[in-house]
Amino acid sequence: MENNNESHIVPYKTYGIILSVLIVLTLISVAVTRIELASLTVFVAILLAAVKSSFVLIYFMHLKFDNKLLKALVAAVFILIALVMVVTFLDYNYR
Amino acid sequence: MNQTMTLSHDLHRDDEASKIGMWLFIFTELLLFAGLFIVYGVYRYLNPVAFHLAAEELSVTVGTYNTIILLVSSATMAMASTAIRLKNKGMTLLLLGITLFIAFMFMVNKFFEWKGKFGHGIFPGSDDLLRLGHGDTLFFGLYFFMTGLHALHIIVGFVLITIVAVRVNNNTLTADNPVLLDNSGLYWHLVDLIWIFLFPLFYLIT
Repeated sequence: MENNNESHIVPYKTYGIILSVLIVLTLISVAVTRIELASLTVFVAILLAAVKSSFVLIYFMHLKFDNKLLKALVAAVFILIALVMVVTFLDYNYR
Repeated sequence: MNQTMTLSHDLHRDDEASKIGMWLFIFTELLLFAGLFIVYGVYRYLNPVAFHLAAEELSVTVGTYNTIILLVSSATMAMASTAIRLKNKGMTLLLLGITLFIAFMFMVNKFFEWKGKFGHGIFPGSDDLLRLGHGDTLFFGLYFFMTGLHALHIIVGFVLITIVAVRVNNNTLTADNPVLLDNSGLYWHLVDLIWIFLFPLFYLIT
């Protein structure tokens, strides 16, 4: 039987470390937005959210240990989303 | 005919394909929410003052609390994938149980948050909201729609994880076929991923 099963087991400790990093990043983003930095606040909050989501994708969603095809597909979807956002905002900005 | 009989015994299973199928579904979910995020971004750009004032109505404390517990539940769900592979049934059930409990707690918080808003006369189509104006209507319309759609995903995830827990308990889901647990985990992490963006957009950026 040719079952395509993975063998890699991620230790509990890895998930524990990633969880603490994510919680610290959440608290930082709350603290940063309390300070009035005007337009920079939005940028920092979105940047921290992007960093947090990468940790979730890479470790919790196991992408670090997945094959290249899946990594490329996920990257492609996020690039597509980013492009659509950039194009939409360019349109609204220069209208 | 004889050949098909023998083949049916040798049940083909491809976990990698199941996983890619789950990811394709996740891509459609990501695109759905990305569309909503763009709608939010554009309306915020067009109504900056109203969005600023409306966002201050939301409690950062409740939002932060829900973010942290959802992150913890994502970690316990990921750990359950490890536990099942280590053939530790008790630990798997415990971790799935914690995930379910946190999902429930998240919904309880959401309930009280929405109840509070309804109590202040803020709900889709309310007279108070109409009086506040166009920008506030848009902000709260998007708030209720996006957090509501997210909450719907929490409920679906809750049902999925319950099915997984029952199957782990029945020994029909073990270290030999953990793909349902893994895919439910992927779904749960997607729910977490969406919340990671909803939280700063609605609660933090005022």
